[in-house]
Amino acid sequence: MITLKVNGRDQQVDADPDTPLLYVLRNDLELNAAKFGCGLGQCGSCTVIVDGKAVLSCVTPLLLVEGKQVTTLEGLGSVAAPAPIQRAFMEEQAAQCGYCIAGMMMRAQALLMRNPKPTDAQIRAELEPNLCRCGTHMRILRAVHRAARLMDSADAASDRSVR
Amino acid sequence: MNGPVILDRRSVLAGGGALIVSFSLRGAAAQEQKAQGPKLPGSLANSPYLDSWLRIDADGRITAFTGKAELGQGFRTAFQQIAAEQLDVAFDAVNVITADTRLTANEGYTSGSHSMQDSGTAILHAAAQARGLLVAEAARRFDLPAETLRTENAAVIALDGRRLGYGELVAADILHVQAQPTSPLKDPQTFKVMGRPLQRVDIPAKVTGGVAYVQDMRLPGMVHARVVRPPSYGAELVEFDAAAVENMPGVIRIVRDGNFLAVAAEKEFSAVKAMHALAAAAKWRESAKLPNQNDLPNVLTSLPSQDFAIFSRSGASVTGTKTIEATYTRPYQSHGSIGPSCAIAQFADGAMTVWTHTQGVYPDRQAIAEMLGMPPPSVHLIHVEGSGCYGHNGADDAAADAALIARALPGRPVRVQWMREQEHGWEPYGPAMVTKLSASLDAGGKIADWNFAVWSNTHSMRPGGAGSLLAAQHMAKPFAVPAPRPLPLPEGGGDRNAIPIYNFPNAHVMHHFIPAMPLRISAMRALGAYHNVFSIESFMDELAALAGADPVEFRLKHLEDRRGRDVVEKAAQEFGWNHGQKAPPNRGYGFAFARYKNLAAYCAIASEVEVDRETGRARLVRAVAAVDAGQVVNPDGITNQIEGAIVQSTSWTLYESVSFDDTRITSIDWQTYPILRFNAVPDSIKVHIINRPGQPFLGSGETGQGPAAASLANAIAHATGKRLRDLPLSRKRIKDAIGA
Amino acid sequence: MARRLRIITGIAAVVLIAGAAAGLALAWRPSIAAIAPPRPDAFDPDIIKRGRDLAAIGSCNTCHTVPGGGNYAGGLPVPTPFGTVFSSNITPDAATGIGSWPEAAFVRAMRSGVSRDGRHLYPTFPYDHFTNVSDADDRALYAFLMTRQPVSATPPANQLTFPLNHRPLIAGWKLLYFHGGDVPSDAAKGAQWNRGAYLVEGLAHCGACHTPRNALGAERVNAQFAGGEVDNWHAYALNDTSHAPVRWTADALYAYLRHGWQADHGTARGPMAEVVDNLSSVPDSDVRAIALYMADISGTSPSNGKSPADAVAQSSTAQTDPAGAAIYAAACASCHESNRPLPYGGVNLALSTAVTSPDPRNLVNIVLAGVGGVAGERSPIMPGFAASIDDAQMVALLKYLRARFGKRPAWNDLDRTVRDARAAQAVSLAARDAPGESSQRGKP
Ligand code: FES
Ligand code: FES
Repeated sequence: MITLKVNGRDQQVDADPDTPLLYVLRNDLELNAAKFGCGLGQCGSCTVIVDGKAVLSCVTPLLLVEGKQVTTLEGLGSVAAPAPIQRAFMEEQAAQCGYCIAGMMMRAQALLMRNPKPTDAQIRAELEPNLCRCGTHMRILRAVHRAARLMDSADAASDRSVR
Repeated sequence: MNGPVILDRRSVLAGGGALIVSFSLRGAAAQEQKAQGPKLPGSLANSPYLDSWLRIDADGRITAFTGKAELGQGFRTAFQQIAAEQLDVAFDAVNVITADTRLTANEGYTSGSHSMQDSGTAILHAAAQARGLLVAEAARRFDLPAETLRTENAAVIALDGRRLGYGELVAADILHVQAQPTSPLKDPQTFKVMGRPLQRVDIPAKVTGGVAYVQDMRLPGMVHARVVRPPSYGAELVEFDAAAVENMPGVIRIVRDGNFLAVAAEKEFSAVKAMHALAAAAKWRESAKLPNQNDLPNVLTSLPSQDFAIFSRSGASVTGTKTIEATYTRPYQSHGSIGPSCAIAQFADGAMTVWTHTQGVYPDRQAIAEMLGMPPPSVHLIHVEGSGCYGHNGADDAAADAALIARALPGRPVRVQWMREQEHGWEPYGPAMVTKLSASLDAGGKIADWNFAVWSNTHSMRPGGAGSLLAAQHMAKPFAVPAPRPLPLPEGGGDRNAIPIYNFPNAHVMHHFIPAMPLRISAMRALGAYHNVFSIESFMDELAALAGADPVEFRLKHLEDRRGRDVVEKAAQEFGWNHGQKAPPNRGYGFAFARYKNLAAYCAIASEVEVDRETGRARLVRAVAAVDAGQVVNPDGITNQIEGAIVQSTSWTLYESVSFDDTRITSIDWQTYPILRFNAVPDSIKVHIINRPGQPFLGSGETGQGPAAASLANAIAHATGKRLRDLPLSRKRIKDAIGA
Repeated sequence: MARRLRIITGIAAVVLIAGAAAGLALAWRPSIAAIAPPRPDAFDPDIIKRGRDLAAIGSCNTCHTVPGGGNYAGGLPVPTPFGTVFSSNITPDAATGIGSWPEAAFVRAMRSGVSRDGRHLYPTFPYDHFTNVSDADDRALYAFLMTRQPVSATPPANQLTFPLNHRPLIAGWKLLYFHGGDVPSDAAKGAQWNRGAYLVEGLAHCGACHTPRNALGAERVNAQFAGGEVDNWHAYALNDTSHAPVRWTADALYAYLRHGWQADHGTARGPMAEVVDNLSSVPDSDVRAIALYMADISGTSPSNGKSPADAVAQSSTAQTDPAGAAIYAAACASCHESNRPLPYGGVNLALSTAVTSPDPRNLVNIVLAGVGGVAGERSPIMPGFAASIDDAQMVALLKYLRARFGKRPAWNDLDRTVRDARAAQAVSLAARDAPGESSQRGKP
């Protein structure tokens, strides 16, 4: 049994210490957001936040994260109470298939926690490790900018239609 | 269970008081019944009963059914808009059920930008006709003329204020009627739901970690399986040491059938480890002889071909003065879904259920049933979203893998997840192609004659029979790969968009169909149109240069199609295209246009690129597109598709090619198959939609692929003064062309 | 670090002021009259092309281009123990670049480190090597540079400590350390060897990174190629003190420089990755010449005489650190023991100089930052572990790798190395996050 701190809660996990965090999150803890994209640390779809920094969970064995704070997209908010980054992605309709999106959001979230007012170039540089095959990049960039604004003014009203 | 809401037959039928009896009760035959008389709109032609498309429950719940698979295009939302609009109910009142062999019509494949045309059109008319039937039923009950009634918010309302909810109006089978050729469609002027950029219904779950994909399903008792694929095409499994792997912790079973090898385990990581161990323990005899990838164009053009003259126009005798010719080539390219293929299968009580992100639940069911030797009705395929696929990727194969393993583990749901290397190494690629063009200008600088020839494999090896499935090919008693066939025109395959939309007095188009397939290939977004449009639109620029004409004016000079001219003019104007414009240093402008398949959406794209002369690296800086996709249902959906098409096509065009050595595919991950990353994302993409209210839907999902490529190539030529004709337009090729 | 710097500065002041007196006579150089920038078509295309290859061998772009900035427009901060020097704009822009430089001024700068206006150039511009470049090659380089896109860009002012901000003192430095004509030539070794010597000691300036420097930043003549440093990376020893587990041969070096990797040695990383990237457009014959000469220099050292098989076999029996072993098995082995051939599979760490080197920094840098893919090109990718591995875990891993694969005495002061490496990364991350972000040299 290994104890993990995931989304603010202690979780007992019965898994070998060499198991990649991704499989533990998805299967043992039934969290869907982190996705299997390559398992090789090449695409970013499995990105989660560990102690405030973006981490590729597919190449992070459990033994490295024991005792550290792991945050997944589920830990940021929900459909009923979305976090700014989630609202921003909804409002910008920043998804096609959406498979890469959770990883994008987590990496962007880590950036915004570190640098609340990133420039466009900084967002691009930060998202470099994450791949999107659908070509949703323009919207992802817009959504990260929007998230930065939303975090600034927490009470902006959401709207149903796009732009 | 933690999985997408899955309606099984029982829960559908237990709907209670439903006015619509699902067609499934009537047996699969009902839905296949062809309508008599004049052709019905969209997929109603094949599934004419209204209740194949719509169901209204006594409690007022409304469900629309589509046989198409949501692949990230967002059509689920568009269909919901269509049904809500035509039924006069709120957007949220409609639920859409997608491809399921027990619930929805057989709409074949979700491909070719057909979803709106086929399924959207069927739902449009079915909903309009259903509303007519509901009004008629209300008229009967009110004893009032139907013309005096109106509908609003899921109720029929009389002038005197009496109202009957749709739920109350439903009576047995009023929708189990065949559709009529014409429908009482609503006036686009009155639209409340259609034509608006509503937010997609699937996005909230996707941005909050909800269950959204087949990869996310967890069924009780589910086991995790991994396949060990051969190292190369046709390799034979000579021996393997099962014992060591079987005793690994958590391993449940090794499944071997000929060259098909897989392992199932309780936990996913155990399955991964066992897969690696099994792969290390397996010995294969390899025999593949792959062509020389550096000589592909010659390899292709020297393979035996079936030659078709697909277009021939001989008008005024040629007085062409200047003639040029050029050859364009495209390598094999990967779909490269971000999420490798995945499927879950369960074999219980003699029936096989498969949850899959296939693009065609019915054809895939047919293939899997054949592979398993089961009657198709005993095989149930349910579409659940996967990662975007852009054509025929590993989805069907993963479904077959899961079914084959599940058969060996009766009762237990088996989840098969392909590894990245398997997706890249075994998916069917977009075929390599060669085009040769020649044309002459007359004295007035117009094109006097045009010759186009394309060499290509087929562009679809999708399942129909088991032989298309990898697992079935690898079994001890293998199923033969079916003979490839050219896809019929007017849509075409390798010759898709080979026939020019421009008006040339003399034009000849040849399709050299190559049956032999050195690499496993199939449908990839836009099929042959990607390369054919790239070739035609690049060559149009070469000819414009020869004529000393502006590329946009030169196109308009040869283009009569009114809607085509509109998108060309719109894109040029919004881009700020000016005759004789000079770009800033190291920048260039390019333009391209096509009507997808010459019968679907129109798309013109103007691009600005930046070329680093020292490294040869090209970057799309800005693109402006104009699109006419007929009547618009969700404009933001179209914009999203076109933006995506431009970015994806940019990646294909600048970077991508499958690589291989004599025996094996060597592009097996993102190191070896690089695609566009954020550093190369344009500064801006603007999409301008020309709405055509009341006109048929023209699918837009694939229309941007070809124009984006050619527009980019033309802009690179403008920036560097060098014309590149071999895809991808890589850094090295550009650098070599520039020289010092 | 700060203390060391002060000492060095102090010594520098004394030596330079002493040297300055002697050097003053040399300090003055005439200005060469400005010209109107020559037209690009004034140059012979073949000579431009040759200049292109030479510029690639010299890696001119590496120092004179800021990522995201104009090619050859300068402005790259080059940290030195004496402060930061910013590279100059060498595009043909007349006002801010070298557009107004006649050929003679360019040749003089290469030959003796003097600007057109007569000022001495800081030796971060490696004229101690470039002085060996032939006139003909200088002219080809000039033709190449004068046909680039002019970019108007003035690099930031150098930030140097007193007295080094005083340029005439460079004359003193030159007096002490600057001497031309040190290209060995040996007719008996053949043309290729001599070509290699010319390139290595001249334009390619390999010693600028691979030779250790003295307190005044000059290469130590008696320790040529004994290993130096650049941007928080250790540039491995290339002479017979090399720690490569397997001896470098001319063929291996050629392959490494040509493709950026070699099966018995691994993949070029850090600043060396930029060098091999530049070399990718250089003709085979020159790459071969460089490899031949370097292999000859490396001689035979007792420690690096192993065959690859021996190197690998010897590693497996070592005593291990259990915590580090577990991390290696879980986080590293899946790639480094995948048996996938280089460059896309991880190198067998028994072959890695990063593990046998006395300086662990390269290994630390790579584990922390990983290796990013080259945009749009087939290239190896390794995920970085900076955000997931903590210092204690990192130290355990390093100890284990050193013992099992390196078979060398344990590294000292690993905690500090790890902290320093993280700090250096934090600096470049902070620079990226800064509002008007600037691009730092030394990105991983
Ligand atoms: S799945 Fe982790 S980086 Fe691709
Ligand atoms: S939205 Fe499909 S991969 Fe990014």
